Amino acid sequence: MVLAPADRAAVLALWRKLGTNVGIYTTEALERIFVAFPSSKTYFLHLNLSPGSAQVRAHGQKVAEALSLAVNHLDDLPHTLSALRELHTHKLRVDPVFFKLLCHCLLVTLARHYPGDFSPNMHASLVKFLNHVISALAPSSGQIGRVVAEGSCV
Amino acid sequence: MVHFTAEEKAAITGLWGKVNVEEAGGEALGRLLVVYPWTQRFFDSFGNLSSASAIMGNPKVKAHGKKVLTSFGEAIKNLDNLKGAFAKLSELHCDKLHVDPENFRLLGNVIVIILATHFSREFTPDVQAAWQKLVSGVATALAHKYH
Repeated sequence: MVLAPADRAAVLALWRKLGTNVGIYTTEALERIFVAFPSSKTYFLHLNLSPGSAQVRAHGQKVAEALSLAVNHLDDLPHTLSALRELHTHKLRVDPVFFKLLCHCLLVTLARHYPGDFSPNMHASLVKFLNHVISALAPSSGQIGRVVAEGSCV
Repeated sequence: MVHFTAEEKAAITGLWGKVNVEEAGGEALGRLLVVYPWTQRFFDSFGNLSSASAIMGNPKVKAHGKKVLTSFGEAIKNLDNLKGAFAKLSELHCDKLHVDPENFRLLGNVIVIILATHFSREFTPDVQAAWQKLVSGVATALAHKYH
């Protein structure tokens, strides 16, 4: 079993609460990653990335649908996300670090909008869930939260 | 060396002025221990860390969290010289405690998330960006002694 029952229940409950608004939050997460981690824009040079962009909103909706799919197929993530894995690794060649950065921005977004629900346990459950999504999307990557600094000259 | 624009400094200090360092510090360290359980290894002497509620209520976690965030506050007064501000702490964490620098980044991101929960209206993408730069700069400064 990919997620322990308590983590699974927490994520499912939150997703139910988010309802049809998941796209709003994934769009905000995209807006945040473009501002906080500007190198992420490299994958979206073909889009209008200005605040409120309909194209960013459309991409946010795609991300939302993928995450909602993942929430409902927790026992079969690698298979469920195989087409997206192919797309992101072989066609788009996304550096796996950006999945972690986007997930961090999504956590920031959810924490902002649902502070009362964002207990330490919920935080932990979401991190575990998103780590599984990232593993299924980008098998060679590590854990979210392990963010590489922008412009760090280490 | 990290450079902060005037706007970034304002975004950081403006929000910092509203932070309850004692509460937020305890919460930050507590969440680190809950969400990234291997970090508990550094706090074996803290007593009961057996559950999220035990961790969040643990007085030693709260006290140490306050210490950690207080030093963040010192960093904010020294944004132009984070390496200097954290030189001694870098020695402690790297040479004595042997903490993997990745964990500094984890804590930095937990702090960002906590700010988002407490200041949802103010925590715009630009404000988040300034804070990401800060926590990244602090993590780098803390890891300096490894290089």
